[in-house]
Amino acid sequence: MQKFTERRLWAIGRLRSGLRREIWGYSLTVPAAALTILATIAIIAFLTWKGLSLFLVHKVPLSNVFSTAWHPERPAAEGGPQVGILNFFYGSVVVSVLATLLSTPFGVAVAVFISEIAPKVGQRVLQPVIELLAGIPSVVYGWIGLSVLVPFIRNHLGGTGFSLLAGVLVLSVMILPTITSVATDSLRSLSHILRETAYALGATRWQMIRLVLLPAARTGILTGVVLALARAFGEALAVQMVIGNIPNTPTSLLIPIITLTSGITMYMGNTVQGSLWNDALWFMGLILLVTSFFFIILVRYVGKWGVAK
Amino acid sequence: MTAHFKDRLATLAFWLAAGVVVAVLAFLLGYIMLHGLKVIDWKFLTSEPETIRAGGGIGPNIFNSFYLLFLSLIIVAPLGVLAGIYLSEYARENALTRSIRLSIETLASLPSIVVGLFGLLLFVTTLGLGYSLLAGALALTIINLPLMVRITEEALRAVPHDLREASLSLGATKWQTICRVVLPSALPGLLTGIILASGRILGEAAALIFTAGLTTPRLDFSQWDITSPTCPWNPLRPGETLAVHIWKVNSEALIPDVRRVADGSSAVLVIIVLLFNFLARWLARRASLRLTGQ
Repeated sequence: MQKFTERRLWAIGRLRSGLRREIWGYSLTVPAAALTILATIAIIAFLTWKGLSLFLVHKVPLSNVFSTAWHPERPAAEGGPQVGILNFFYGSVVVSVLATLLSTPFGVAVAVFISEIAPKVGQRVLQPVIELLAGIPSVVYGWIGLSVLVPFIRNHLGGTGFSLLAGVLVLSVMILPTITSVATDSLRSLSHILRETAYALGATRWQMIRLVLLPAARTGILTGVVLALARAFGEALAVQMVIGNIPNTPTSLLIPIITLTSGITMYMGNTVQGSLWNDALWFMGLILLVTSFFFIILVRYVGKWGVAK
Repeated sequence: MTAHFKDRLATLAFWLAAGVVVAVLAFLLGYIMLHGLKVIDWKFLTSEPETIRAGGGIGPNIFNSFYLLFLSLIIVAPLGVLAGIYLSEYARENALTRSIRLSIETLASLPSIVVGLFGLLLFVTTLGLGYSLLAGALALTIINLPLMVRITEEALRAVPHDLREASLSLGATKWQTICRVVLPSALPGLLTGIILASGRILGEAAALIFTAGLTTPRLDFSQWDITSPTCPWNPLRPGETLAVHIWKVNSEALIPDVRRVADGSSAVLVIIVLLFNFLARWLARRASLRLTGQ
């Protein structure tokens, strides 16, 4: 009813002004909104074109790129250059998956704490804490990781300290706010009837949380986890500062490794535009772009999965 | 083990998890402040950074951060608000609206380093802006446009329908209603969004390494010719922001007192960003009080 009245009033308003003034509204807002489409298309077009120059300009065979051998400037006498990006890719996957696995239990537990265990403490203390954690810039996380975690790992666990482990720990703190805020929202949106029914059947609070709330909120929680994973995968500077940036295959928590983002950060400014090395970095950028599309689709898929059941 | 006992155990675990998170934040903030405040003094805040000697400050970096914030806000705020108005007031459920929403979702999920690469390719190289504050501001615009649009749309949708109907029934056109009734009522929400975006802009570094650059020319504050490379206000000069400086001293700089500069810069940056966040929270609370009429 409200909607109907409003629409009629809009129509009357439009008649009175004879569309003349409405032209302002459209001609200002539509281009601004359409600019988002233009920006998206431009990003995809430019990065795809530049990212594929490894194949289009340098004619590098796929077997060279999809390998773990990284010798971008090896002379022809020793076998020629190799731009295998797999160790970069493995590094990104391993560090972000491990960080997400570590962060998820804490993130979900804090969300349950805020919405079920102690809502007052949750709202007054934990929510601001989570917002502050989200507000700390990523270079500051990197700096603390570099000045606290790296020496700690070096002194107590061995190695140089620059390691997969340092990257995992820094990232897991950085992505915690994403998991917690999405999970808190989805727990809060659950009907009170669920909780009361569970209590009426004699469930304890823990049984109610474990058997009723968490399953009911699983779509929201999973969405938060995927968003956190995406953030960890794309994070550049904090990871680059602590991870060591040596193209090893990530086989141990204590060895230095490299990721797609840290490789780009390290070398993009120090290599010649158009060189094989430089174009390999652009291809890594393209992989990051494609991965972020993959995460968008995954988030949508997770959302639908929840609705269907 | 009875169900009751398990319940107590679980409650304890939840308190522990919450405690760990609070402790982590307390450690982070305590560490930054303790180490940073020892370094910060007037000279550190105002003097120029050094390239090889010890004793450099962060004066130009602070200036660059705020000037870049200003440059990107004058681009992203109008664009974001207008696009938000379209989505909240004009958009119909059609292909255009769906494409806009999909684009915004896509832009919002791009890692900032990818936007930096795009900025390097389009603004710095193709358009020939070079490493410049303007190129940095444009990259920051792409990063923050989705946030700005979403917050505008939410703020406009929160304005009660009665207000719109009253305005329309008095004979105002839709555009007049939006400009004189809806936007003013949504202003606190919009301001909150702009301040939140500001906090993110000040902390951003990955996209700026490739666009705004890693250097700052020696700035001359008596130079008012905006085309001069030493004029602080020249948007086409490179400008290393505070956040980028923290990264640079740790990875590329040759100064012997990296520790001191990074500690001080981190503390200054965190204090600025947190002040912006507090301001946004305070405004948001005032806005919600106003809308609920308390």
